[in-house]
Amino acid sequence: MNAEAVVNKRTDAKLRLTKKKLKGSNDNLAGYIFISPWLIGFLLLTVWPIIQSFYLSFTEYSLLEAPTWTGMDNYKNIFTNDTDFTTSLKVTFIFVLFSVPLKLFFSLMVAIMLNKNVKGMNLYRTAIYFPSLIGGSIAVSALWRNMFNLNGYFNHVLAWFGIEGVGWITNPHTSLGTLILLNTWQFGSTMVIFLAGLKQIPNELYESASVDGATGIRKFFHITLPMLSPVMFFNLVLGIIGSFQMFTSAFIITQGGPINSTYMYALFLYDKAFKHYQMGYASALAWILLVIVALMTVINFMVSRYWVFYETDGGKHK
Amino acid sequence: MIKSLNRSPVTRHLLLIVFSLLMLYPVIWWIGASLKTTAEMSSPSIWPSKPIWENYTKGWQFSPEFTFGRFFGNTLMMEFWNVLGGVLTSAIVAYGFARLNFKFRGVFFSILLLTMMLPGQVTIVPQYILYNKLHLMDSYIPLILPHFFGGGAFFIFLLVQFIRGIPRELDEAAKIDGASVYSIFYRIVLPLIKPSLVTVAIFTFLWSWDDFFAQVLYLNSVSKFTVSLALRMYVDQFEIQWGRLLAMSLLSVVPSTILFFIAQKHFVEGIATTGLKG
Repeated sequence: MNAEAVVNKRTDAKLRLTKKKLKGSNDNLAGYIFISPWLIGFLLLTVWPIIQSFYLSFTEYSLLEAPTWTGMDNYKNIFTNDTDFTTSLKVTFIFVLFSVPLKLFFSLMVAIMLNKNVKGMNLYRTAIYFPSLIGGSIAVSALWRNMFNLNGYFNHVLAWFGIEGVGWITNPHTSLGTLILLNTWQFGSTMVIFLAGLKQIPNELYESASVDGATGIRKFFHITLPMLSPVMFFNLVLGIIGSFQMFTSAFIITQGGPINSTYMYALFLYDKAFKHYQMGYASALAWILLVIVALMTVINFMVSRYWVFYETDGGKHK
Repeated sequence: MIKSLNRSPVTRHLLLIVFSLLMLYPVIWWIGASLKTTAEMSSPSIWPSKPIWENYTKGWQFSPEFTFGRFFGNTLMMEFWNVLGGVLTSAIVAYGFARLNFKFRGVFFSILLLTMMLPGQVTIVPQYILYNKLHLMDSYIPLILPHFFGGGAFFIFLLVQFIRGIPRELDEAAKIDGASVYSIFYRIVLPLIKPSLVTVAIFTFLWSWDDFFAQVLYLNSVSKFTVSLALRMYVDQFEIQWGRLLAMSLLSVVPSTILFFIAQKHFVEGIATTGLKG
């Protein structure tokens, strides 16, 4: 360490001291005042409900009478004789397994395509982002339901190519696939996050790679992918969590059918709680979902050590 | 694919145009279909042979009692409070997390981030029971109230990141001049974070508009219906009147679309620059 650095460090320390003095000690009160809206909401609408839902999961409760304690009965029933549970869990896993990677791959490709300096890029971005803007709404679910009918628009397009379509939504073999497709069509927010990540990759990396004679594909695998891996990880974790809770399109387009082929876990839980008013049973289902999601997230974090690349000597950190 | 992207600008434009059209195709078809008869709905042509404007006029008249004007009014009223609550409280909370040194700040901030990963299903049942006990069913309170509690973890996180990017020297200069943390927040930080507050407002609006789950849980009487709930009634009919349904569905995305085009810059740029820094 040279002398200059030592001096710098000293002035830094001095500065920090004065900063500390400036802060004073009454930040405690002010701090809690400022975060109080969140804190109150957190206690009222998150902590208390979590505790209550845990308790309810061991009871039978129909809203009309007080909850009665039934011990492990709900869990026992769920795991031993509820075929809807196994079906919905299977459907949800298949949905997550296909829709998450598909969406990640698709949105990464689009982000790369949009990360170029081309005239009018804003216009393209708008056009491509637009479906995601409206994608989660009832309106689009209605649109989708019509387009994938037996007599729907999609089959007419297929007919041009000599392919005879099926009733995509009414056929139990294709209904889940249709929902996965709809989910992929709404790749916008994932794509925007990728785009942000791409913009943060320093251009020098690509330039020096070009000097060394690297081709586009090599650059992609050796620069883009590793540099993007933290963003990929973020999208993966949130994508999995979100997909496990998929509700609206299954609720509107297929209502879980045909023959339960799209009976998503969230839909099953909704039916138990708000159709049959089995609040205790639904709470147990919610806790099982929580454990599954938490497990997936933990596994994700553990595996991430092997593939997510963090810049250690970050020139970009402030 | 990667290789082809590096080709000449002409190919690039061609690729982008084709892809944009592919993405927008269902939307374009939708516009045409909203003017078709049910019989014509499946015909391959985009535009109907004879546009049925009745789909719009008759669709607008939801029932003898109510028009879609009522539902749009309801939804916009709810949106007004949601956006107000979200913008106001997320800024306050974010300032606390970003700038004030209080005990357990780190712990609470970690908890805040963790709540983003909590499946809503775990809390929804007890929340429903709570609102039921407080006799708040069939009111907008359960829909609006959460927005006044910091507007959601994601927005708080977004704003914290943004406030952290503002040089601290500004705060400290004001502090030396004797300003309290409250006036620093109000006079210095709040004006500077206006752009991200716009982002918060936009996304609050869009997400509340589509937050179908909460609406279906808490609102039962038709007079209080939101646009989404009214559309759902159309979908649930035994014989779906597709023309009217698609016409009204199309109208229902108009507010979001207008907002999107007005504030386009805030979308891609706003999220991109503030959302993932540091």
